[in-house]
Amino acid sequence: MAILIKGGQVIDPGRVNGPADVLIDNGKILAVGQNLAPPAGKPGPSATIIDARGKLVLPGLVDLHVHLREPGFEYKETIQTGTAAAVAGGFTSVCCMPNTSPVNDNQSITEFILEQARAAGNAHVFPVGAITKGSEGKELAEIGELRDAGCVAISDDGQPVVNSLIMRRAMEYALAFDLPVIDHCEDLQLAEGGCMNEGLVSTQLGLPGIPSAAEDVMVARNLALAELTKARLHLAHLSTAGSVRMVRAAKSRGIRVTAEVCPHHFSLTEEAVRGFNTHAKMNPPLRTWQDVQAIKEGLRDGTIDVIATDHAPHAVQDKQQQFAAAPNGIVGLETALPLTLALVEEGVLSLEAAVAKLTAEPARAFGLSKGSLAPGADADVVVVDPEAHWEVDPARFRSKSRNTPFAGWKVKGRVITTIVAGRVVYDAA
Amino acid sequence: MSLKRKDLVSIASLTPDEITLILETADSFKEVSGREIKKVPALRGKTVVNLFFEPSTRTRTSFELAAKRLSADVINFSPSSSSVVKGETLLDTARNIEAMQADIIVLRHPDAGAAETLATGVKSSVINAGDGWHEHPTQALLDLFTMREKNLNFKGLRVAIVGDIAHSRVARSNIFALSKLGAEIRAVGPPTMIPVHLDRLGARVYYDLNEALRGVDVIMMLRLQLERQGRALFPSIREYSRLYGLTAERVRLAEAGALVMHPGPVNRGVEMAPEVADSFSSVILDQVANGVAIRMGILYLLSGAN
Repeated sequence: MAILIKGGQVIDPGRVNGPADVLIDNGKILAVGQNLAPPAGKPGPSATIIDARGKLVLPGLVDLHVHLREPGFEYKETIQTGTAAAVAGGFTSVCCMPNTSPVNDNQSITEFILEQARAAGNAHVFPVGAITKGSEGKELAEIGELRDAGCVAISDDGQPVVNSLIMRRAMEYALAFDLPVIDHCEDLQLAEGGCMNEGLVSTQLGLPGIPSAAEDVMVARNLALAELTKARLHLAHLSTAGSVRMVRAAKSRGIRVTAEVCPHHFSLTEEAVRGFNTHAKMNPPLRTWQDVQAIKEGLRDGTIDVIATDHAPHAVQDKQQQFAAAPNGIVGLETALPLTLALVEEGVLSLEAAVAKLTAEPARAFGLSKGSLAPGADADVVVVDPEAHWEVDPARFRSKSRNTPFAGWKVKGRVITTIVAGRVVYDAA
Repeated sequence: MSLKRKDLVSIASLTPDEITLILETADSFKEVSGREIKKVPALRGKTVVNLFFEPSTRTRTSFELAAKRLSADVINFSPSSSSVVKGETLLDTARNIEAMQADIIVLRHPDAGAAETLATGVKSSVINAGDGWHEHPTQALLDLFTMREKNLNFKGLRVAIVGDIAHSRVARSNIFALSKLGAEIRAVGPPTMIPVHLDRLGARVYYDLNEALRGVDVIMMLRLQLERQGRALFPSIREYSRLYGLTAERVRLAEAGALVMHPGPVNRGVEMAPEVADSFSSVILDQVANGVAIRMGILYLLSGAN
């Protein structure tokens, strides 16, 4: 069935930025241009017209970092609920991390995830496979098989690869498949069981701190290994000024590195932890105002390519504990877009650059043929009302979990319609 | 005047007036412990539960005595004998205790923030008897009570706090309390034991004990957690003791008549020479005695009995 999205402002980064219609047929983008009409021979009820006047029409958003929790932690999230949250937040493609139970370190888990995603019928799901078996950091997982099964990158996620030789070998091996290698940069010895940023607030609250150096030293190591191996390195959820500086320098020297940050790391600081707020507990932790400024500068000058959510659902009983016992992470899929648009209001990013960091840039980082409205591309489209003001109410999330520090925030910019492969999968109206 | 709060979870959340009120209330209870019949009926019919997730002898005993001298019923609940080992969360454990009509829960827990988390989750009053490295408010209050009893005035009082500040809830609570009351705080220890931005909490940082002790009115020693040696905070007990141990010679660097304090239990010969612990300057046993009075005062104020 054909869909004609009329009268919106189309932003297809690097291609289109202005008023245009978008015509979709057979699950593909047929055309983007002025005064488009439904395809000939398809009149009447077989063509849906979406009135997008006053709205933004964007490529479906691409999230390189989500935790869908299935298999193993279905009480927190399932592939069905996680992808429902994705499309409600404007994301039509999500890359799910391998820290499930069992770990996604083999073909059968990857296939299970893809099967569940197909059955859910919401967003496209691109699994990320483990670097090492069981994410134990000892033996390489069968990376070739993971790639063949559908994995688009490899990562040991929250278990950073401690052994530098294993990391070197993983990066070298991944070159054979041109797969990006993702690392959660944290020196676990230096972090020493910390549960928030080491700084004034940790000193006041008596909580064990994680110094920013715990991230910085691993970023430095990984950049050195990327230079050595020429592998594609993707740095997950950077949180420190030091990381931004090092990535900037590495890029200027031609190292193949892409970097992501999460909306919470540019929207909040360690101050949010006061009162032992477990919804402000994540890893890497919320840092300082200076770090937030450095991240914004990194976004502005292109050092940071991608905004990703690190969507990490946890059940109420998981977070309703004393701070140290509560697990790390927050849900992010249904708040990322307005928090990113706030950077446009603030003058950090142009609207087109902000959209690129949620679409074309993440697609490029992982080599996904997504994040574009080019004719012939899969018809993944999101229609956004940029002027809609709303209040974040976790009770209305599609996600199974409610763990967000943004409850009650008044935000601007709302997803109206999400289309995946030519099919409307979310409609706020 | 009364304490208009359900819980006592931190010194940081108290006003100077509230601190003064607690000290004055404890004054009136100190005399009870000196009577032949050490009991008043103030909390008759109330139930106090000591919920201790960490081993403790003196704090638990002190709370127990305080509650009993106020005629409350006291239950001691420790995790080894409970369902905590079966995976029950802190909040569920506490709600079960609350369902048995506990009026006041006294919580000791290894995690910072446990008391605050508990206080927001139950209707019973919660008293923090130590949470991780965060706070130990009743210890700081009994320390203040002891200084005040020795006729010290907090305004401009020079207090050296010596030892592992980073991992000490006693140090944090005392720093918060003393800075609220206008004292001059000197935090002393090896840099490995000084948390970041400590100066912004109102304490001046010293690495040299001799320099820090010059002219102070109070020397507050912290207990060295001997098991921390494996974590590269200090090279050996021998060197720690040589650099940061309180000797009689070092006491002489302080003001004449300066008080020597310690929250106990003392590692004799490590952070404090035995002759100092037993000297006339030492008020360590006064601190223990005053702990009961302070806890009686707090239990009384939170019970709404006044």
